[in-house]
Amino acid sequence: MLEADIQLRLSRLNLDAAFSVASGEVLALLGPNGSGKSTTLRALVGLLPLAGGRVELDGTVLEDPAQKVRVAPEKRPIGLMFQDYLLFPHLSALENVAFGLRSRGTDKKAAREKASQTMARLGLEGLAEAKPGSMSGGQQQRVAMARALVTDPKLLLLDEPLAALDVSTKTDVRRLLREVLSQSDAANVLVTHDLLDAVALGDRMVVIENGGIVQTGTPAEVTARPRSRYVADLTGVNLLRGTAQGTQLDLDGGGQLTCANPATGPTLAVIAPAGVSVSRQRPEGQEKNTWPGQISAVDLMGDRVRVRIEGKPAITAEVLPAAVTELKLDDGGELWASVPPTAITVYPP
Amino acid sequence: MEQQKQPFNPLLAGLAALAALFFVFPLIGLVTGAPWGHVGSVITSKSSLDAIQLSVIASLSSTVLALAFGFPLAWVLARGQFWGKALVRGLTTLPMVLPPVVGGIALLLAYGRRGIIGEPLDKATGISLPFTLAGVIVAESFVAMPFFVITVESGLRAMNRRLEDAARSLGASRGTVFRRVTLPLIWPSLAAGTVLTWSRALGEFGATITFAGNLPGRTQTVPLAVYISQSSGRMDEAIALSLVLVVVSLVVMIFTRGRSRTS
Repeated sequence: MLEADIQLRLSRLNLDAAFSVASGEVLALLGPNGSGKSTTLRALVGLLPLAGGRVELDGTVLEDPAQKVRVAPEKRPIGLMFQDYLLFPHLSALENVAFGLRSRGTDKKAAREKASQTMARLGLEGLAEAKPGSMSGGQQQRVAMARALVTDPKLLLLDEPLAALDVSTKTDVRRLLREVLSQSDAANVLVTHDLLDAVALGDRMVVIENGGIVQTGTPAEVTARPRSRYVADLTGVNLLRGTAQGTQLDLDGGGQLTCANPATGPTLAVIAPAGVSVSRQRPEGQEKNTWPGQISAVDLMGDRVRVRIEGKPAITAEVLPAAVTELKLDDGGELWASVPPTAITVYPP
Repeated sequence: MEQQKQPFNPLLAGLAALAALFFVFPLIGLVTGAPWGHVGSVITSKSSLDAIQLSVIASLSSTVLALAFGFPLAWVLARGQFWGKALVRGLTTLPMVLPPVVGGIALLLAYGRRGIIGEPLDKATGISLPFTLAGVIVAESFVAMPFFVITVESGLRAMNRRLEDAARSLGASRGTVFRRVTLPLIWPSLAAGTVLTWSRALGEFGATITFAGNLPGRTQTVPLAVYISQSSGRMDEAIALSLVLVVVSLVVMIFTRGRSRTS
């Protein structure tokens, strides 16, 4: 069980993030570049001293600036896998994997044996003597994983473990990683900016932006009810903010929507692009939830087309490719959007 | 990667050949001009052996000093953060571009019998550096150590320091990190710096003769002996001793080239 309250003052970022991870649980730390995800891991492992807060792992305080407690990085029972792996170029794969055991005092023979076992578990048989420079990206990734796992850490930190892989390797390694994480009884923290990784591997998600936590929940909760533009963009939904009075929602940027479910006070509303229909003329006999705007972008997404309409509110609609010709969307100009009240999900911020 | 073959350019090839020959002829001159009949006896004469012995002792000593003091200096210059670092780097590497004889004069004014450090040192302990083996070592260190510092510093700068973070996160103490990660990674520049320093010390002339003098058997190293032999008309001796230095330099060069290619 990890209980962390990370407070750091850095030149380009103030980090303030408190979260806990149960043993055996996988916490996905999701956020845009520069939001403080990797910094959080560096702080947990002890490479960046905390300005404030506290880190406690399985009942042992690792760091507490107020009490002047700070366990050195090499004394923490933590495994960290770096985004760029940071394998030692002068050591063989086996020596890389055995490094953590050797450093912690295991004798050479036992360390090599345990390292071989861990490598075999990750499908790295026959690569023991290979140097990192002669291995493929996927092999390096698995050696890095083995190196972090081999010491049986109580806290396993994975920094963008799949980011450096090409698409074809990614799927296989993600499956392997899921298997490894499901067998792990450590507290696991996975940093990613890929929603798919977070959903596929995480039991719980923490969304971090500009050094602060903006949302916590299961992947299903977070994706169904995003609380920030960042997550909404990742899932590809329209996220609107406003103030509700019953089924009436006054949007912050102007505009008004009628929702199927009532709410009061500050409210978030999510509208799936597929729930938005478009037309060149004002739709007949429809007053509510219908508004015009200028087309600002038309993008092909798989077998659908997304149209961005800059009205009040600005919204993204999803249409069939046939509509591009039919409605001459490429010409730009004015387009009407309409949304049925049942397509709007409202929830408090 | 396969490089595209360059088309033949006669002008370029001609100039390159001239440049290569420029370096080859002096060597041919040394080899053809050598008194092959009695090279052995010249080299094994008492004065020659003295000079060779002095050169070996002094150059190795200054190399050891470069390792002992130059390494910490290189480390601080590569990793330390302090005001005036650029100035310190400039001053400590100045001897690389300074005419060695100027270095010798400067050494006299600092560590000579009347020097700002030398005089109080002489008064307090009776130790005086000029005209001693220690003086030779000081002169050679002054000229040669900057090569070590600059090579090792650039090696330290070039290495990915995050590998040290990785090692620490894997439970390695600072000492283990240094021994198992830092040292192996900077090994090529450490070796290159050592060899450069040693060969520069071995060939040192100007600062040595100015600061330590030219006392046969005490401060007369091989380069000094070569110079004295030549200027007093004992050309055979000068050539024979020069050949010794040429052979040593060639061996060192072949050894280091071979190493840097494998690493």
